[in-house]
Amino acid sequence: MTRLERNEKLTRLALLLVAFSAVSILLVITIFIFSEGTPVMFRYGLQKFLFGLDWFPLEKSYGLLPMIIGSLFVTAGALIIGIPFGLACAIVLTEFSSKRLRRLLKPIIELLAGIPSVVYGFMGVVILVPFIRDNLGGPGLSVLAASIILGIMILPTVISISIDSLEAVPRSYREGSIALGATRWQTTRMVMFPAAKSGIIASIILGMGRAIGETMAVIMIAGNAAIIPRSLLDPVRTLTSNIALEMGYAAGEHREALFATGVILFIIIMVLNTIANLTSKRRTP
Amino acid sequence: MSIIEVKDLNFFYGRFQALKNINLSIDERKITGLIGPSGCGKTTFLRSLNRMNDLIEDVHIQGRVLIDGVDIYDQGTDLQKLRKKVGMVFQRPNPFPLSVFDNVVYGLRVHGVLDKNTIEDRLQWSLKCVQLWNELKDRLEVNALSLSGEQQQRLCIARLIAIEPEILLMDEPCSALDLIATARIEDLMRELKKQYTIVIVTHNMQQAARVSDFTGYFLLGELIEFGETDQIFTNPADSRTEDYITGRFG
Repeated sequence: MTRLERNEKLTRLALLLVAFSAVSILLVITIFIFSEGTPVMFRYGLQKFLFGLDWFPLEKSYGLLPMIIGSLFVTAGALIIGIPFGLACAIVLTEFSSKRLRRLLKPIIELLAGIPSVVYGFMGVVILVPFIRDNLGGPGLSVLAASIILGIMILPTVISISIDSLEAVPRSYREGSIALGATRWQTTRMVMFPAAKSGIIASIILGMGRAIGETMAVIMIAGNAAIIPRSLLDPVRTLTSNIALEMGYAAGEHREALFATGVILFIIIMVLNTIANLTSKRRTP
Repeated sequence: MSIIEVKDLNFFYGRFQALKNINLSIDERKITGLIGPSGCGKTTFLRSLNRMNDLIEDVHIQGRVLIDGVDIYDQGTDLQKLRKKVGMVFQRPNPFPLSVFDNVVYGLRVHGVLDKNTIEDRLQWSLKCVQLWNELKDRLEVNALSLSGEQQQRLCIARLIAIEPEILLMDEPCSALDLIATARIEDLMRELKKQYTIVIVTHNMQQAARVSDFTGYFLLGELIEFGETDQIFTNPADSRTEDYITGRFG
């Protein structure tokens, strides 16, 4: 073998090892969570675990339903706020603004994704929560507060990826539409948006994944009461908060139950990411 | 009978002047061909006739373009109406990623034609005009992008005539097609000129000679010569035209 061939082979081996170790770390984490968390789920009873209403770990009661509902409510709220604003922003920046404006604003928006979640939480606690408490009632720490802050947190994801999807639509479609006498809005509505649909849906699902996995900001403003919220102003606890709040002092079966919470969370996020991948691959030619 | 009159047209992309003092009359229901080397401004000129250049940033235009006696660059021109009247076919066919049906009726929907019967009628009529009806009448739901290049270009033309324009602007419509498809599209153009005024930009001199009634030769943003096709090709008045036509340059 020549020296060049040998170096090629060595390089390939080295890269393979690195890739393998990255994947295996993920695999190890997954296996660890599942192995710590699944026994207690079945020992306690899967149905009681997923649908039980009472989370009193010190009394051996591990009903996760309030947290599952909490995560779902808060994520839904985030989507209701994040999607309309995010899509409107993406559409305005791609179809109704100059290239210069877009080149200025898009990096700034992407920068917003880098703001630490604790800062978002801080803003929530200091500004949003008192506002809700004083003007709408309730403790302020609520589903509403969490939804708003999470909605803002997923904006960079939704906007940025939606802009990319819209920009990827061939200009020839827009030209063809305008040449037929359509207005810009008609063109956006009837051609550009449907053509970019799979990318936009992927951006929404990724935003959803971020919202459901968010922990710090939610802990600071959602109230963390392990009850099923009956109104937007009620406090709520999510699956992520559940783990973060109690992991510090949990022991024995309690600790296992928190791993089990992790398992449920893991499964939900994997499902969402798979859907995102499938949807974005199914592009029209 | 001229339907388009261009007076002292000057066109700038930023600082660059792409068209210099163009004066031209285009006759109704004739095919007018615009020829010239790459970059001479013929496509820019064509796009000025339906204000598609408005889509480009930092362009300035001086002069007048009168269609049916009305300057289309007047303030308050209805651009949607203008583009309904003056349609455009592009170099590379650009059907929308929708079904054949949705493509052809797109223009109708855009302009508020909602009556089902009208839509069906115009669909059939325009597909028949471009000779796609028999091929596609049972396959109207297929995605337009699955058609061949020639079919796609015909579809784009059908899409255009469904909204009953008066003028068809064609920007090198056959350059993405093979010889046989080109010949068929040229036949289609001869049919269409009975009803529509056609202005075609082409790189292919022979095509201009075959198909157009009038020809204009553009060079570096100027209209060097304009006249009946026969005269331009057999007895050009300007030596620059002669150089281009005989292949001495271009």
